[in-house]
Amino acid sequence: MKIIVCIKQVPDATDVRLDPVTNTLAREGVQSIMNPYDQHALEEAVRLRERLGGEVVVVTMGPPQAEEMLRQAISCGADRAVLVSDRAFAGADTWATAYTLENALKKIGSFDLILCGKQAIDGDTAQVGPGLATRMGVPYLTCVQKVREATGTGLIVERMMDDGYDVVAVDYPVLLTVVKNINEPRVPSLKGKMKAKKAEIVKLTAADIGADPACIGLPGSPTKVVKVFPPEGRSKRATLTGTLDEQLDQLVEKLIPYL
Amino acid sequence: MDYFLSEEQQMIVDIARQITDERIVPRRAELDEKHEFPRQILNEMAQADLFGVPIPEEYGGFGGGCLDIALTVEQLGRGCIGVGTAFAANFLGVYPIIISGSEEMKQKYLPDVASGKKFGAFGLTEANAGSDASGIQTTAVLDKDEWVLNGTKQWITNGGEAQIYTIVAITDRSRGPRGASLFVVEEGDPGFSCGPKEKKMGIRASSTTELIFKDCRIPKDRLIGRAGTGFITVMKTLDLSRPGIAALGVGLAQAALDEAARYAKQRQQFGKPIIAFQAVQHMLADMAIGIESARALVYAAAKHIQQHPKDMSKASAMCKTYATDVAMKVTTDAVQVMGGYGYMCEYPVEKMMRDAKILQIYEGTNQIQRNVIGQELNKEYS
Repeated sequence: MKIIVCIKQVPDATDVRLDPVTNTLAREGVQSIMNPYDQHALEEAVRLRERLGGEVVVVTMGPPQAEEMLRQAISCGADRAVLVSDRAFAGADTWATAYTLENALKKIGSFDLILCGKQAIDGDTAQVGPGLATRMGVPYLTCVQKVREATGTGLIVERMMDDGYDVVAVDYPVLLTVVKNINEPRVPSLKGKMKAKKAEIVKLTAADIGADPACIGLPGSPTKVVKVFPPEGRSKRATLTGTLDEQLDQLVEKLIPYL
Repeated sequence: MDYFLSEEQQMIVDIARQITDERIVPRRAELDEKHEFPRQILNEMAQADLFGVPIPEEYGGFGGGCLDIALTVEQLGRGCIGVGTAFAANFLGVYPIIISGSEEMKQKYLPDVASGKKFGAFGLTEANAGSDASGIQTTAVLDKDEWVLNGTKQWITNGGEAQIYTIVAITDRSRGPRGASLFVVEEGDPGFSCGPKEKKMGIRASSTTELIFKDCRIPKDRLIGRAGTGFITVMKTLDLSRPGIAALGVGLAQAALDEAARYAKQRQQFGKPIIAFQAVQHMLADMAIGIESARALVYAAAKHIQQHPKDMSKASAMCKTYATDVAMKVTTDAVQVMGGYGYMCEYPVEKMMRDAKILQIYEGTNQIQRNVIGQELNKEYS
């Protein structure tokens, strides 16, 4: 079983500032950590490998200093790590990032399962996982909160929904994005840390993965950030109960004020 | 202060610190209140390889020395010395096997200890044998191919939780201290049982029980080393383990200072934070001096002991006594700095103060330690 985990280095959430000019996150001088959701994706990958055998490969697109995070991933159980890094990748939005990861993954080779965190805590878009799956032509399930069963051919998982969860059976290859309550990530082990210190991190550039320069980095990114602001709270939700007629009556009552 | 730790030692510290901050600190108050054994936390420590630190490499460990284990438990001590005691007492139970066990015995037990699959405990103390170990009543008699143990051990850390118990029993009463031997008793051996968990003033996360032997029959090869060498092995074991207790004291005292100093910066009285008052500053300064000097002594003694010098008992006793006296003083002063808040269970320092007391008592009271130091000095100057 070959599992690829896509991880991202993000600014520590307790110390977030915005760049007043670009309206994007100011990353200079801010302590970096592995995106917390990605830590859960990595933990689930390592647990699956412990049960089913195989290999866990972590991949990140990022600056050279992301190597430190990849070593941390190895200390937490990943077998190998790939750093996709090139100045030309700078300024990538989720579209260009998914393109870059797609090409990197094709270079890395075949896989059964791709795991991603639900979203990164800096951009909060939750787009790269689904974008990558779509480009790779594999199905994806987002917000997975539990892997109920795992075999050599597929998985049965719980996908978190607004009002409960779905139970979904899926065959490999598949991409999952996970939420935090799927597991509790382990503390790195001493053996893991020693392995991480010596591990060779594979480095891939834009040329290595055969990326089209027009599709990567800022030139490949259609997104322009106009303004960054906290979203408004969600609209109210209510569940109606009773017989269908009773529920209809209640619904009409609720809608009348809006007429 | 920078103690110029090796890269591996820094890794051990980082792992132990992360476990302490993320796993122990959030749960310590609950473990204390419920007298709950920290099984889950210990499993995570095993997963992170911390149980392998002092086990020789040929048995699946990292072959770390006295300093490596001191660094580990210092971090645990910052979180909860109840958890730290459970961890440290495991090695107290296993050191006799490392020191005097046969090759077969090491092969049989040590890999499971290194992986955290099996957990150790050490049975020396009895109702009438504490500081005076010569009062031991538990006996072991050889009956064909089996040893038969009878007696009761008291206040045994990890009792009921461990799978491997190293037990001191008298095999030849006529020979005095040379008539004591050490045995491995396993959980489930016929005639062996553990009493109920004792209720304690502090370190409530650790389990403390009686061990009861009623015609407990164990195979002949469970004797550690030769018959009659039990006390020598016990003394060597305690020399090795006491710096660990000292390190628990350093970690505990550090945690108490951290709490007290943070509080003193934020607590306003007479229009300013109380850390601005010299009376409080001096208390904090004395706490910091005590902790740093204790830490330096513990690290130095631990390194010294790793070379198995002649005076290791003295070095071991000195660091144990000093660091645990510092821990008692610093935790008491931390409560004082925090005043009424410090006395309330809502804040962690009252637990730290309750916990600290045992450090001056177990693994040889600090009075006995001073005897050891004094006797060594008497020899040195003769």
